Amino acid sequence: MIKVFVPLDSAALSMGADEVAIAIVQSAASQGKDITLIRTGSRGMLWLEPLVEVETSAGRIGFANISTEAVPELIKSGALDTGSHKSSIGLVEEHDFFKNQNRVTFARVGVIDPLSISDYENHGGLVGLRKALEMSAAEVVSQVTESGLRGRGGAGFPAGIKWQTVLNTQSDQKYICCNADEGDSGTFADRMLMEGDPFTLIEGMIISGIAVGATQGLIYVRSEYPHAIDILNRAIAMANEYGLLGSNVLGSKSAFALEVRVGAGSYVCGEETAMLESLEGKRGMVRAKPPIPALVGLFGKPTVINNVMTLSAVPMILAQGAAAYQALGHERSRGTQVFQLAGNIKRGGVVEVAFGITLGELVDIYGGGTNSGKPVKTVQIGGPLGAYLGTESWDVAMAYESLAQAGGMLGHGGIVVFDDTANMAKQARFAMEFCAEESCGKCTPCRIGSTRGVEVIDRIVAGEDQEKNLELLEDLCEVMTDGSLCAMGGLTPMPVRSALKLFPADFGIKTGAKL
Amino acid sequence: MSNYSEESILNYLGPYKGEASAILRSLQLVQELLGYVPDSAIDLVAKNSNVSRAEVYGVFTFYSDFRSTPPAQVVVKVCVAEACQASGNAELISQLHGQGYDIHSGKIKDDIQMEQTFCLGNCALGPAAMVNGKPIGRATSASILKTAVELIS
Repeated sequence: MIKVFVPLDSAALSMGADEVAIAIVQSAASQGKDITLIRTGSRGMLWLEPLVEVETSAGRIGFANISTEAVPELIKSGALDTGSHKSSIGLVEEHDFFKNQNRVTFARVGVIDPLSISDYENHGGLVGLRKALEMSAAEVVSQVTESGLRGRGGAGFPAGIKWQTVLNTQSDQKYICCNADEGDSGTFADRMLMEGDPFTLIEGMIISGIAVGATQGLIYVRSEYPHAIDILNRAIAMANEYGLLGSNVLGSKSAFALEVRVGAGSYVCGEETAMLESLEGKRGMVRAKPPIPALVGLFGKPTVINNVMTLSAVPMILAQGAAAYQALGHERSRGTQVFQLAGNIKRGGVVEVAFGITLGELVDIYGGGTNSGKPVKTVQIGGPLGAYLGTESWDVAMAYESLAQAGGMLGHGGIVVFDDTANMAKQARFAMEFCAEESCGKCTPCRIGSTRGVEVIDRIVAGEDQEKNLELLEDLCEVMTDGSLCAMGGLTPMPVRSALKLFPADFGIKTGAKL
Repeated sequence: MSNYSEESILNYLGPYKGEASAILRSLQLVQELLGYVPDSAIDLVAKNSNVSRAEVYGVFTFYSDFRSTPPAQVVVKVCVAEACQASGNAELISQLHGQGYDIHSGKIKDDIQMEQTFCLGNCALGPAAMVNGKPIGRATSASILKTAVELIS
């Protein structure tokens, strides 16, 4: 019996993985080949999808970019027994994109069947939760604090401190809300984890509940992720059946219930307070802080809000100890970051490594440069609200503080690559346009400033009163930055200003003009 | 609401009766059931959740997923966000436009409707699209239309 693995990740599906899986089963049957087909998440080497793997005594061997038409020949050639074939990339875990990664949060993604609890346990799952169940709440929190884990959603706030605040707050009801509203273009790590290893997130949320005394968890997933929603719902049903969720978590006295809530196509609902409003069934209008959600959160109760990646790092931290996680990283950015290489990139996908890798290494060595083969012009890091950086920033260490010092923002760790055909005035205009489209409308600088921003950029590009309009744009950016309640209006100036500063010629600004 | 009586919709929303916090979920349920949210359903949700019509209408208009008219048999979502811009989605959009599909107006042609969306989470294999929930990577107008036509019964 040969074990064949085909991803069910939606990026793999977008390249025909479902059809390939069906063709493999049919072809194997008609050729009398005894196989078991297992659906997994994706390894994150997305340019190789559909990446079919076969188990051998040496490890799993991959066959890249398999089409349905290629399947009968692949099986006939004996590749499933020998591993040799023109599409073979050899041992998947020895691939140069993969072998130097440090997969902590993504350890099981692409390896296991995402909907098998036994597979999950056989690969180190539930160890962290079992340890947490033996600890006091305060001990669990201190493990997370000592690990140095910071919020992976973008703000980078220390998770342990947030948890401590919720633990310290007395209330009849507390909540754990997982922010899975991964709306930033260029990011897909949350989606890949939810589709490829949902029990890691579920385990992380249960541990969080034990740590702060919350018995109810909610995962807010964007509606653009139907496959992730489906897998999460199935995983939660299995976890309830297994006794992982429910009134006695793994037979203990701890209770934890978990539910998926689906968004409805609003970017700003990824902002934590807008998400809370949306979870309460309302318009996703941002709330003013303070009070912080850790004190007054969902339905006014103390609430932990963490990103998928933050919560999914927790099981490993508990399993292997805070020190092991803390040992990785760069300066005040501890642990690993799941970087996502996106846009015009030759080898797009997921790179999980310790903080501190340089931007150039990620784009050139891992990513292999642009997909078009043209020179890289710029990268946008951290989603639509992140700054554009040029190749002169290639040596910047990818970590919260060092990136901020270079004028950038890590955000959710997505890197979108543009080649030299990109027009940065267009990109700056889009940033304002996007803000106008997605602003919740609560504060004026964001709601009106974004529309005015589009107009001013248009005038600059048209060469109208350039000096005056540049001044106006700068003034507008300042008001938006300082006068907006949340990052939507507050950070939209980041891509605008950085594009203008790096590529003034794209705006039709003559060299030497005052910016 | 031709096939659904007021009563059957209220029945469907039953579990959320009197829950003001279920406005969004109720609207999502109606859209799941009917494919869109007819104006009359806004009143039903308001009645069921025990809130004013204005409150429900406010939620309905805030979220871009909701539609007030029936969708085409096939709905194509085309990503217009940065990663797909970097992967040449402008050409894709203009090709689709050339074939009579406008992602901005969302007008229906041959039972196919195309809409813009901001990010489908397939940013390494752009341009990205989704046809009735089926993801398409490295999308071309040909691959999108082929998938769409296959789905028309």
